[in-house]
Amino acid sequence: MKADVATRERIKAPELREPLLELAGVTKSFPTVVANADVSLTVHPGEIHAILGENGAGKSTLMKMIYGVLTPDAGKIRWRGEDVSIRNPAHARSLGIGMVFQHFSLLETLTVGENISLATRDTAARLAPRIVEIGERFGLPVDPRSLVHSLSVGQRQRAEIIRCLLQEPALIIMDEPTSVLPPNGIPPLFATLRKLAAEGCAILFISHKLEEIRALCHTATVMRAGRVVAKVDPSNESNETLARLMIGHDLPRSHRTAPHPGDRPAMELRNLNHQPEDPFGTRLKEIDLPLYPGEIVGIAGVSGNGQRELAAILSGETVLPALERAALVIDGNPCGDVDAGARRKLGLAFVPEERNGRGAVPEMSLTKNVLLTAHRLGMVRRGMIAFDSARAFAEKCIKEMDVRCGGSDAEAQSLSGGNLQKFIIGREIRLKPKIMIASQPTWGVDVGAAASIRQQLIDLRDQGTAILVISDELEELLEMADRVHVLFRGRLSPPIARSEASTGLVGSYMTGDFLSAESSRKAVLA
Amino acid sequence: MTRLPWIVDTRVHRTRYTALLAPCTAIAVTIVGALILMSIMGVPPLRALYYLYAAPLSGRYNIGEVLLKMSPLLLIAQGLAIGFRAKVWNIGAEGQLILGAIGGSLLPIYFNDSQSALMLPAMVLVGASFGMAWAAMAAFLRARFNANEILVTLMLNSIALQLLYYLVSGPLRDPFGFNFPQSALFPDAAMLPILVGGTRVNVSFFIALIATALAWLLVRRSMIGYKLEVGGTAPNAARYAGFSEKQAVWLSLLIGGAAAGLAGVFEVAGPLGQLQRVISPGYGFAAIIVAFLGGLNPVGILFAAFFMAVILVGGDIAQTAAGVPYALNTVLQGILLVTYIAARLFVDYRVRLRPPAPASEAQI
Amino acid sequence: MQTITFVLAGTMLAATPLLIAALGELIAEKSGILNLSVEGMMALGAAIGFIVVMETGSYWLAFLAGGLVSTLLAALFGAVVLLALGNQVATGLAVGILGVGLAALIGKPYESKTVPPMPRMPIPFLSDIPVIGPGLFNHVVLVYLAPLAALGLWWLFRYSKLGLIIRAVGESPEASHAIGHNVMLVRLLAVLAGGFLAGVAGAFISVASTTLWSDGMIAGRGWIVVALVVFGTWRVGRVMIGAYLFGIASIAELLVQSTGIGVPSQLLTSIPYVATIVAIALLSMDGRRIRLNAPVSLGRVYREAQ
Repeated sequence: MKADVATRERIKAPELREPLLELAGVTKSFPTVVANADVSLTVHPGEIHAILGENGAGKSTLMKMIYGVLTPDAGKIRWRGEDVSIRNPAHARSLGIGMVFQHFSLLETLTVGENISLATRDTAARLAPRIVEIGERFGLPVDPRSLVHSLSVGQRQRAEIIRCLLQEPALIIMDEPTSVLPPNGIPPLFATLRKLAAEGCAILFISHKLEEIRALCHTATVMRAGRVVAKVDPSNESNETLARLMIGHDLPRSHRTAPHPGDRPAMELRNLNHQPEDPFGTRLKEIDLPLYPGEIVGIAGVSGNGQRELAAILSGETVLPALERAALVIDGNPCGDVDAGARRKLGLAFVPEERNGRGAVPEMSLTKNVLLTAHRLGMVRRGMIAFDSARAFAEKCIKEMDVRCGGSDAEAQSLSGGNLQKFIIGREIRLKPKIMIASQPTWGVDVGAAASIRQQLIDLRDQGTAILVISDELEELLEMADRVHVLFRGRLSPPIARSEASTGLVGSYMTGDFLSAESSRKAVLA
Repeated sequence: MTRLPWIVDTRVHRTRYTALLAPCTAIAVTIVGALILMSIMGVPPLRALYYLYAAPLSGRYNIGEVLLKMSPLLLIAQGLAIGFRAKVWNIGAEGQLILGAIGGSLLPIYFNDSQSALMLPAMVLVGASFGMAWAAMAAFLRARFNANEILVTLMLNSIALQLLYYLVSGPLRDPFGFNFPQSALFPDAAMLPILVGGTRVNVSFFIALIATALAWLLVRRSMIGYKLEVGGTAPNAARYAGFSEKQAVWLSLLIGGAAAGLAGVFEVAGPLGQLQRVISPGYGFAAIIVAFLGGLNPVGILFAAFFMAVILVGGDIAQTAAGVPYALNTVLQGILLVTYIAARLFVDYRVRLRPPAPASEAQI
Repeated sequence: MQTITFVLAGTMLAATPLLIAALGELIAEKSGILNLSVEGMMALGAAIGFIVVMETGSYWLAFLAGGLVSTLLAALFGAVVLLALGNQVATGLAVGILGVGLAALIGKPYESKTVPPMPRMPIPFLSDIPVIGPGLFNHVVLVYLAPLAALGLWWLFRYSKLGLIIRAVGESPEASHAIGHNVMLVRLLAVLAGGFLAGVAGAFISVASTTLWSDGMIAGRGWIVVALVVFGTWRVGRVMIGAYLFGIASIAELLVQSTGIGVPSQLLTSIPYVATIVAIALLSMDGRRIRLNAPVSLGRVYREAQ
């Protein structure tokens, strides 16, 4: 990445040209939050324009309005000098606005060609040669006949970009495109984007990764809490100055001391093999993973390589067949075949990546959401619920975790994603677990809250809890974990000790480099 | 492609009164619908209003009839609502009721001259277990094979009816009954005591009220009720917490089956006094509507059951007095549930008109 | 030999309405909408179709009218589910009850009357084949059209753009909306198509196979239709096979009676219901197969982003 900054080839956006897109005073509110307030923005043809902001700053909402998925409450959108009201995505595309989504809008059971044909008037068969042609021209190789569920996330992204390019758009919106790529997948994407810009296409590049923005973009609009706080030339900025603009203060750092792991694993996976029920899920193969008290183990990897399946098996949401119960051991007891409730009795706590609908019941109050996992702490007497103690627990959790909400009677769905996550983490920590599994603990959480969540997990480790963190954010794992493993196509890499963990090494494991090393080692042993 | 002229938002704060909106709207629309349909059939609106809603509430006998019909509706609906909250769709109450009636009839048919005080309790026990066993088939198939309980319970309804036809025309037929497809009349010891003289209301009404209180405790206060509710509203959260889905399926169906079976016993031991081809005028289906109309809430169901009983009795009165087909009842039940569901939109969501577009429309 | 002819003819006659209605339900479910009101839509179609034949004598008009009136009922279902965001299971039950009630109410004056059976259209040459000819190729025209419709629907989902859009909407309404499809409209049209076919199927039962109207004559066939779609794991070909298998099951009663074996008639009447339960249980066992084929968003409330 660093080298990329130095060798980048900049195409100066011709500011003299007439603006392509102008936003003036755009405002959008939701029942519980004002997502965008008085946002103004100008994009020129051929410009790569970054929208920079931390999670919850309102970037995605803004882009959805430009793409016609959402309607603004107030303000003007001007396209090629004319006021427009973008009614829906089809209208946006007819204007020449395309979007590549962060969570892909491809359908798993269809082929790439069929997916692309859905967005055009053509049939899949007639589109195939054009898909190949555009793929070659912009460095986006993908087979139009392959089924989407068989593709890696990187290939899916290429298919999305091709679908977008077939419309010959004048503006492409890219929502966090690098978040799904391994480190070595990023330079080819940037090459494609630069080529597009050179041909006159404007690109709105949404990100919260400062390095990337400095490497790629001509202009950056910085957003904080739904408002535009600055418009800068990112090449004149440092990571520190951009971060200060983005979050309003310096990046917080966590305090950590050396770990003191115990010598008996609190939880252990022994040669775990699992074929998921979901036909599009990832099969886990030969996973061995001990988890010692007092350490944080990080699981890195490009999303879709088995993280979801692994988390569900560890938590007990997916139960193994009785014959394979010994593949998962908690405190010496084989318990692969018992459900989440039984594992929680053995001291397991779990923070899932989905908050509403999994970690919490959206329609229920926070008090009732406490009962979900904390009911064992004396909140049930003779089968009847002691609502007083549940409420006291909820209020304590709200206070100590600084959860912004309307009190313990507020419904979970009325909280912002970050605040609900703080509540769930607070609840799980207060169960005083022996083992804590956290999946994407800071996903969608603002920087300050993310730092405090990381610190809480580190503190929990210091009290002797065994912690496993699964995360797509490599930086997060490098900051917290005592050792890191990488998941690639359902296989787990050998551990990388904290002292040896670097973006380069972990990144090479993320594309499967450890497999060849391992097979040669096995060959030697044989 | 145009946008709808209104916006539907999640409703974050609910009040007690918004919940009343849906059933009240549904009842109002149903009354208006009834008047329109009756006038098409040549009954003037005021007379129709009288037959359907005033006559059932006037006179000791008619009020008694309302309470008599309310008992099975209330009992079954409370049982079903517990399952519906867990999104276990037991549509088979009608079949479970028939099985309850069959089970409850066995003892009085085989011990036809018994005067034992244990007769009624034993009938209740056998009948409720028969209803549970019938529902258990659906629970087993769902828990073991993941078979859709809607379809299974519905098919079991049809099978239960054929079983009843077979029994009353063969093994359980009254040998001295001139080949009529019905059993011998029950002995007095097998009949439920009447509550109020001059009516047919019996103690089953009390039992339905007790069931309502128990349902309230289960739904509002117990951990089991909480687990069922989590399973219904957020199945992934239930799996996350380790609340067993199979347990929820079994509990829901067994409770529903027991309640319907009990109602079946009360029909044969109450107004019917014997086993015959027709046991229920569709209580099992009407109770589904009662459960929804009551908002799946034990207290709401109490009122909904009352209203449904009024409609049923009113339909009977209109049928005898003005020759209105009984099918009108079914139509009204349909209208009631459809409008209730539609009106829930305003309870579960915040609906507002779409504000005019902020920018002037550019025609491309 | 005569028995074989009889079985074939009876199977075709019993299977045709199941197939027609199941294709309709399949279209709706492919778009992500579970419409459980088939029983009511078929009953209404049967009543209207019967009345039209009684009053006008035209069978084609009967199918059209039966289909259109059921489409109206389907429109009500669609409005509640799509606009009022009603739970699909509850709404389907409610509209189904309404349909059964309306059919009984409208059909009351015609209760237990009969109409002359719809004229058959033997296929030249084929119907002269011994044994199977009269069994398979001497029927009213809808019996031949139903498998052709299945073929057409197979082509639609396999090769056409419209079929692709319906599948996409059923897989992920959010993604379909994001790439510019009108989810509401596609789903509404799919539900209406399902309603029309259910109505035609109902009319077929009252004017072509039984030729009489009585309350409750659909006798659970609407639910068997819903089961058939699950049984066929949302594949046109398998749904069609299922429909003919159920056709055989539903004439088993007549068949056994003709052999003179003393089995209670109630037991025989129950055969299709028992068969449905067994089929559903067997097919649901393989969760992975269901997941692979079931439209992902089936039965889920979808609210468009604002």
